[in-house]
Amino acid sequence: MGAKLLQQIIDRRLSGKNKSVGNRERFLRRHKEQIREAVRRAVDGRGIRDLEKGEDVHIPKRDLSQPVFGHGQGGKREAVHPGNSEYVTGDRIKRPDGGGQGQGGSQASDSGEGEDDFVFHLTKEEFMQAFFDDLALPNLTRTQLADIPEYKSHRAGFVNDGTPSNLSIVRSMRGALGRRIALSADSRRELHEAEEALALLDEQGGKDEVTLKHKAELVERIKHLKAYIDRVPFLDPLDLKFRNRVKVPVPSTRAVMFCVMDVSGSMDESRKDLAKRFFILLYLFLTRHYEKIEVVFIRHHTQAAEVDEQNFFHATETGGTVVSSALVLMDEIIRARFPADQWNIYGAQASDGDNWHHDSGRCRELLIEKILPKCRYFAYVQVAEPEQNLWEEYQRIVGEVPQFAMRKAIEASQIYPVFRELFRKEGAPAA
Amino acid sequence: MTFLENRRAVGRNACADEYGGRRRAGPPQDIAPLKERPAQPLPSPSDWTFDMIERYHEVIRETAQRFGLDTYPNQLEIITSEQMMDAYASVGMPVNYRHWSYGKEFIATEKNYKRGQMGLAYEIVINSDPCISYLMEENTMAMQALVIAHAAYGHNSFFKGNYLFRMWTDASSIIDYLVYSKGYVARCEERHGIDAVEELLDSCHALMNHGVDRYRRPSKLSLAQEQARREDREAYAQLQVNDLWRTLPRRATSEDETATERRFPVEPQENLLYFIEKNAPLLEPWQREIVRIVRKIAQYFYPQRQTQVMNEGWATFWHHRLLNQMYDDGYLSDGMMIEWLKSHTNVVAQPPVTSRNYSGINPYALGFAMYTDIKRICDCPTDEDRQWFPDIAGTAWLPTLDHAMRNFKDESFIGQYLSPKLMRDFRFFAIVDDEKDSELEISAIHDENGYRALRESLSRQYDLGSREPNIQVWNVNLRGDRSLTLRHSQHNDRPLHETSQEVLKHVARLWGFDVHLESVNGKGETTRRWSVTPPQA
Repeated sequence: MGAKLLQQIIDRRLSGKNKSVGNRERFLRRHKEQIREAVRRAVDGRGIRDLEKGEDVHIPKRDLSQPVFGHGQGGKREAVHPGNSEYVTGDRIKRPDGGGQGQGGSQASDSGEGEDDFVFHLTKEEFMQAFFDDLALPNLTRTQLADIPEYKSHRAGFVNDGTPSNLSIVRSMRGALGRRIALSADSRRELHEAEEALALLDEQGGKDEVTLKHKAELVERIKHLKAYIDRVPFLDPLDLKFRNRVKVPVPSTRAVMFCVMDVSGSMDESRKDLAKRFFILLYLFLTRHYEKIEVVFIRHHTQAAEVDEQNFFHATETGGTVVSSALVLMDEIIRARFPADQWNIYGAQASDGDNWHHDSGRCRELLIEKILPKCRYFAYVQVAEPEQNLWEEYQRIVGEVPQFAMRKAIEASQIYPVFRELFRKEGAPAA
Repeated sequence: MTFLENRRAVGRNACADEYGGRRRAGPPQDIAPLKERPAQPLPSPSDWTFDMIERYHEVIRETAQRFGLDTYPNQLEIITSEQMMDAYASVGMPVNYRHWSYGKEFIATEKNYKRGQMGLAYEIVINSDPCISYLMEENTMAMQALVIAHAAYGHNSFFKGNYLFRMWTDASSIIDYLVYSKGYVARCEERHGIDAVEELLDSCHALMNHGVDRYRRPSKLSLAQEQARREDREAYAQLQVNDLWRTLPRRATSEDETATERRFPVEPQENLLYFIEKNAPLLEPWQREIVRIVRKIAQYFYPQRQTQVMNEGWATFWHHRLLNQMYDDGYLSDGMMIEWLKSHTNVVAQPPVTSRNYSGINPYALGFAMYTDIKRICDCPTDEDRQWFPDIAGTAWLPTLDHAMRNFKDESFIGQYLSPKLMRDFRFFAIVDDEKDSELEISAIHDENGYRALRESLSRQYDLGSREPNIQVWNVNLRGDRSLTLRHSQHNDRPLHETSQEVLKHVARLWGFDVHLESVNGKGETTRRWSVTPPQA
């Protein structure tokens, strides 16, 4: 029967899944540049809200080829094909275009059409990885970001001590009953037996000395047992149970994010791109904390307008800059649609720092008086170097109001560090 | 029971005595009689169960034994389609070292599969001892039976019997060797960085087809030996290299003069990877070992590349034969037959050259037709067959087929056995494409005058030697710039492909000094030269 043992069917289905993961990693590693480029393009083209999904990456075939020595066109070759229907020996036929005919059809890559791109799908995780790679940061999940949680008290079972107001009477009484039964069960059984024996003696009605003595003993015993049972306390401190309540941080479910951006002529595409990345990061950060997020886009030059995302990032306008117009609009929108007691309000403003110089002071006042009191956080990012009067005015708010922060970011790689600094947890080191 | 044989115990040069050493007896003259007809056919549900597979396998095994098929022990493994794609991606092996190209392969396969552009192969079978066959869980019972007959008995007996496999591969140790190489490459990645290993593997893969011995039997691979001897080998190889490149000045004597004239290598060498492994001056020991690993694996696959038609044809012939026999014996129901025959018909379809689906000659179709035709020539030969195949016409078909399977490769198999009837059936014709001519010419068709030429031409088409350019190590400039010269000998004036420059960069990376490639035509004139300087480290 040894032969039988050698024959076996092995069920491999549950073992060794994803064997190719290592190979895939190496593949992605090798084509980092193309992937980065694809991610960059995707970030450009995508809306802030649907950033977190995969992406198709195109890689030109020639970048993937593994060259080997092979024959090229030319020389003399003979090929055998099946399915002759018309030819006889000696027939001469026109050379087909492309010349690949001679080698039995596997020549597609030699002609022009073989240049199709190799397309593959980047998973959501891989996409985010590449996105963060570009921002020169290790991994979003590893960083500590400021969190302003709300606490909610939750029931969490029962404990043995607590305040009288939390006493659970039913639980306590149930515990007491159990303890009483446990402590007196033996004595009760004995008591029952003694009482039955006594009743039996009474029935028999024997009057001899032995019986009487036995009766007396039983009566004594019954008395003793009853006393013992009575001594078991009705309620013991051990029985008391209190309802336990713990404080659990609850993410508030709703947040609104205001993106305020200067779209005056001086904001060119690269500055807008920088701003977009900042907004994306803020959005991603918020998605980790809130279930529902509204995004409001406000763009401004001399006048502010609420627009959709497409117009926000891609329409260009020219003209001067009056920042306060945007802040006024933001305040109006908050009052109309997002009451501060129901919404967590976040503001992010990006600008190149240009402002009509009489306007900057007004901006500061608007922020301090109207907007900042309602906001959980308001971040200002300047995407250009020169410090003009807007920067100076804003600088005066810093320190005065804790939920206001401002930074400069000139290049894409600076966006994340700036972001991290802005949203650093109070007191936590900027890891 | 033939599959219980332990071939390792029989000795290494078993292939020297074809029918003497390992095989106790030659194939039977005819099929052994059926012990007892089954009362009713095996159940034919569409969904398989383990129990059902066992029962079918049992009957297939008995039937195969009645035909005298000699196989390694079988190991059937059920896998998912994803695992099938995994196996696809790593050249069909259950384990392999990590490389980006396998990742690419997987992504491409997965994409095509998910979009429904291709079905997966029904099976993968590995030339190992025991012979591992993968059955996909999606297959129906009829397909599982087909796969078992095809892979576990068809391919398996081919792996065990064909002379190329016996000469070049050692089925008992390949899995161990792959495990070893995977571990070794992984350790190198840790120690020397993924990039360094990747570059090296890229370069080795570029030369993989030129990294095989064609005429010499390589030493057997064995995990224990490999590990034990590796360090010795590395140390020794490095010593040799140092010796070769010794720069100590020698006494200037007349003896020295002749030494400069001496060529190295003395004879041109065709195994480029072997030459590099042994002689490249700058490679580190671990790099030599990786070159060696790639070379060994290339050598393992070398027989498969030369026996496509024979191997697939043999497996197809046998699943067809075995399942039909089982039907005749009363084991298979009609429904079962219809189902597997449908797949079988798809597999052996050969679209004509004018069809849009044409993509060369289908090895399954040609191989299956040839074995079936040989059987026909044995069983009921025509006058034409008697004239063309006097040796086999009218003989017992089992020994004849067995002989044909054992002692040929595609090239010689077609040269020997392609019959005029088959050429007519396939309506084969040959086209000559000469660069110097403005038009193509039909050189032979399936008629009395063309049979021989056609057969020779088709046979040549399967000759790896003419399909792949002949490139050999020609010379090393020992005394000068240490440059390596490769020589391409043109066959019918066919030039090298434009990618040669790219390949040469890989050679230069391995060699470490300048590399030249000369393309020489039939008259001995160099028609083209490529030169590459290695990247500066």
